[in-house]
Amino acid sequence: MHGFSRSLNASGPNAVNRQAGAGERVSHLQGCHGGSMGFLTTTGRAFLVFLEATGRLMLFTSLAISHCFRPPFYFRLITRQMIDIGYYSLPVVGLTALFTGMVLALQSYTGFARFQAEGAVATVVVLSITRELGPVLAGLMVAGRIGASMAAEIGTMRVTEQVDALSTLATNPFKYLVAPRLIAGLTMLPFLVLVADIIGVFGGFLIGVYRLDFNPAAYIGRTWEYLEPMDVISGLVKAGVFGFVIALMGCYHGYQSRGGAQGVGAATTNAVVSSSILILVFNYLITGLFFSR
Amino acid sequence: MSAMNYFADGTPVGTPPGTFVETPKLRLTNLHKAFGSKVVLNGLDLEVGRAESLVVIGGSGTGKSVMLKCALGLLRADSGSIQIDGEETTRLGTRDRERVMRKFGMLFQGAALFDSLPVWENVAFGLIQGQKMRRDQAKEVAVEKLAAVGLAKEVAELFPSELSGGMQKRVALARAIATQPEIIFFDEPTTGLDPIMADVINDLIIKCVKDLGATALSITHDMASARKIADRIAMIYKGKIIWHGPVSEIDNSGNPYVDQFIHGRADGPIQMEVMHP
Ligand SMILES: Nc1ncnc2c1ncn2[C@@H]1O[C@H](COP(=O)(O)OP(=O)(O)O)[C@@H](O)[C@H]1O
Ligand SMILES: [Mg+2]
Repeated sequence: MHGFSRSLNASGPNAVNRQAGAGERVSHLQGCHGGSMGFLTTTGRAFLVFLEATGRLMLFTSLAISHCFRPPFYFRLITRQMIDIGYYSLPVVGLTALFTGMVLALQSYTGFARFQAEGAVATVVVLSITRELGPVLAGLMVAGRIGASMAAEIGTMRVTEQVDALSTLATNPFKYLVAPRLIAGLTMLPFLVLVADIIGVFGGFLIGVYRLDFNPAAYIGRTWEYLEPMDVISGLVKAGVFGFVIALMGCYHGYQSRGGAQGVGAATTNAVVSSSILILVFNYLITGLFFSR
Repeated sequence: MSAMNYFADGTPVGTPPGTFVETPKLRLTNLHKAFGSKVVLNGLDLEVGRAESLVVIGGSGTGKSVMLKCALGLLRADSGSIQIDGEETTRLGTRDRERVMRKFGMLFQGAALFDSLPVWENVAFGLIQGQKMRRDQAKEVAVEKLAAVGLAKEVAELFPSELSGGMQKRVALARAIATQPEIIFFDEPTTGLDPIMADVINDLIIKCVKDLGATALSITHDMASARKIADRIAMIYKGKIIWHGPVSEIDNSGNPYVDQFIHGRADGPIQMEVMHP
């Protein structure tokens, strides 16, 4: 009962565009739509299924959020998730940021040199990293690393009845499994992105100084000159939202998985694909929100 | 205790079978549950008395596990009533549901041990999370419970994936009884075990249920196990209880479905959904 994949199966190509990819892996496994059905019936049913999936996700989200605020709180689990997300993602996020900063410096130099504006390289690097690339790339990397593992872990617990076992031991699965992951995602992604910002700018600095022969002091001066607090803050807000979305999708798809190894595999795919797409969508929306002329 | 005399036998003098003077521990009335168009429970009625051990027998896929999950509130029944100690539980909120859940222990068909936690933490889970016991204290209780199901102290530190099937079942049993529940559900406790281990589990179930004075509802298709642990037996077929009575009457129930089942015959009123070429 993967919300997205289900809505894809029952619907025609029209609905597919709207949430492209969210479950393309699964659709061919379950396949088969009634070919003789009238156009209206098909779209009508697709719409209903879409509404149902949306409703289910909304219900899951509100339930999950409400459990984040009500005791008992499992601090031990929250800490473990925070370490998993925040600490163990550092290498992959750090490397991504380093190379992105480096390539940004090279590419923007190539571009700006054509109209004698090489001086803007440092500014472009720091603005692109803090406002855009830091949060988005860190988000996508963490979606692959953490979203997948959350979906697989909760999905396996689901199909082996461990989630049911939690309930029979007077433990609410939402509080025990979902809430710690949401809290950790929401808090640790901004931290990761802050680190990514610093490393990314440092990567640009390395290239600027050792490859493009900028004066180190001048490069650093240019980095700070046009940077505003809002640039960094908007990036961190994005990061918080992305972290929440990654954890939510991981938990949701894991929680909905049915039917053994195949179900868990599909849940993992759906978690990564849907959180990646939602990251890009929210990235645009939040940019629009902070954007001013 | 008069209740004991009353229910252990199942057919008290002067009362028709299945009627109880006091409130039954668990009462399911006219329970319906369908998945899509597939009807699984179709007006199921069942009563389990205080400190009674009832075994529900029935073929695979007849809805035995679904019945237990509805009773536990893990699945929502489509209609019907579920009463625990006379309290209707089908419409309970989250908090009341958690309170009622504390009365239950459940042994899952596949053991359902938490594979991220060592054995002792599995057993102590309900004590630590549910009853807020200190971890070191809970560990002592866990080791005690493991000993009660015949597992050595060294097992406590292992992870569930390092155990054999029979050991996993025993750990699951220890976990189910650790919080001293009033009602314990056993979902196919002996399925997939060799006959000797199955008998060990049967003995453990009898012992644990006796020690706790708990009410037990077990489901199985293993007749040896059913005869051993049951005070009363009920048979489920097509989503309904079609026969129930004391274990002593199982061999002359006069019910052709029951006869076919306990003798394991392919011919009879129960037709398996097998395609004949
Ligand atoms: N979550 C579920 N979704 C759909 N069908 C289910 C679900 N759980 C059980 N069923 C169906 O209900 C029927 C009874 O299942 P179950 O109670 O597990 O049988 P058993 O008596 O062997 O324990 C089976 O046919 C199964 O396919
Ligand atoms: Mg079953």
